[in-house]
Amino acid sequence: MTAIIDYNAGNLTSVKRALDYLGISCVITPDRNDVLAAERILFPGVGHAGTSMQILRERGLDTALREAYSAGTPILGICLGTQIILSHSDEGDTSCVGLIDGDCPRFAVQNNSLKIPHMGWDGISIKRDHPLLRHVTENDEFYFVHSYYPRPGREEDIIAECEYEALFPAVIGCKNLFATQFHPEKSGRAGLELLKNFCAWDGAE
Amino acid sequence: MLSKRLIACLDVRNGKLAKSIRFVNTKDIGDPVESARKYYDEGLDELVFYDITASSDKRDIMIDVVDKVASQVFIPFSVGGGLRTVEDARKVLLAGAEKVNYNTAAVENPGIITDASRAFGAQCVVLSMDVRSVQKSDALPSGYEIVVHGGRMPMNIDAIQWAARGEELGAGELVVNSIDADGTKAGYELNLTRAIAERVNIPVIASGGGGKPEHLYDVLTAGKADAALVASILHYGEYTIREIKEYLHDRGLKMRMSF
Repeated sequence: MTAIIDYNAGNLTSVKRALDYLGISCVITPDRNDVLAAERILFPGVGHAGTSMQILRERGLDTALREAYSAGTPILGICLGTQIILSHSDEGDTSCVGLIDGDCPRFAVQNNSLKIPHMGWDGISIKRDHPLLRHVTENDEFYFVHSYYPRPGREEDIIAECEYEALFPAVIGCKNLFATQFHPEKSGRAGLELLKNFCAWDGAE
Repeated sequence: MLSKRLIACLDVRNGKLAKSIRFVNTKDIGDPVESARKYYDEGLDELVFYDITASSDKRDIMIDVVDKVASQVFIPFSVGGGLRTVEDARKVLLAGAEKVNYNTAAVENPGIITDASRAFGAQCVVLSMDVRSVQKSDALPSGYEIVVHGGRMPMNIDAIQWAARGEELGAGELVVNSIDADGTKAGYELNLTRAIAERVNIPVIASGGGGKPEHLYDVLTAGKADAALVASILHYGEYTIREIKEYLHDRGLKMRMSF
């Protein structure tokens, strides 16, 4: 069973709808025991880092995520989920889950014609192959909506980048963790491909 | 760099797809779920549904449409028309929409934009405005006026000022619909779109008047729009999504071409 972590963040049902469409059984759950028992974990979300971390802690989901990560359970972070698996977010100066070392700064664009949030379809440049990027090419574009972006401490944790004035990490990951700043559930065929790959993934790179 | 977006607008009445010309003479032309699915398969970037159902007791039909679309169409879409409250918006978002559109309700109660923006995030809140060209005056220095209730009621509010106010109130995006151009297929209102795009720092979606790919090119370049909305040229099969996107791509615009 795939567990979608419920921490009152937006967008959870969109991810479930995509998995339902793909015929993959999943459950949206706020219960840390479900998360620990899950075969794989989806950590999506739209919202504020500070508020979200507070709810994760109240429900013991932050520690459940760390335990599941150590146990090798495949984890897919999406958007806010991707930002708060790092150790810190500048949004509300929030201490986060910390599955991998890194922080989450706000875009500081110099060019006034670039708008924040970075919202819409954009391409990615793939820095290293990954089983979740099977059938995904650099011609594919993905749907982004974000004002902050993930910045892992280690260069090797960056799997793909996107450019918005400057390059920023669009996909990060390490071992059994894979996380996208964009929304695969709203990114058409390429996004569904990625979700399908995740649901067949054993967590090995 | 972000791609320019091609957005299709589907007017829905009692659960059926409708298309109006200059806001009158609406006629039913099909099933919105089927059309949405077809456009998604053909590579559309985003969808907008406007519920033009007259009676409020039939509004739940729209929620059903939203739910069906969200279960098989995996691109962002927004829903507008008849939304009066934050609760209305919540229903639509829970049914699977990415964003909500406020138009008349925002003019009558601007606080709704702020409330929805705080509840769901600015990226969820689209301020949609119907605009007509008028004589410049003290109240309407730009010569563009906001009109509500489906184009029937002029408000004596300047459109450029209203756009700026919408951003301040917390809207994450603007749809600028020219009533003069709507349904004419003679091209978008470039001056209006550009004036608003230059004034605000949120994405602007141009609407009304798109009759051929060249019109989209004009509004995405000279008109400075981030996205262009089309309706009848798709619904009546005059152009395919691929034809429009290939045209724009060939003329040098960054478009999502892999789908």
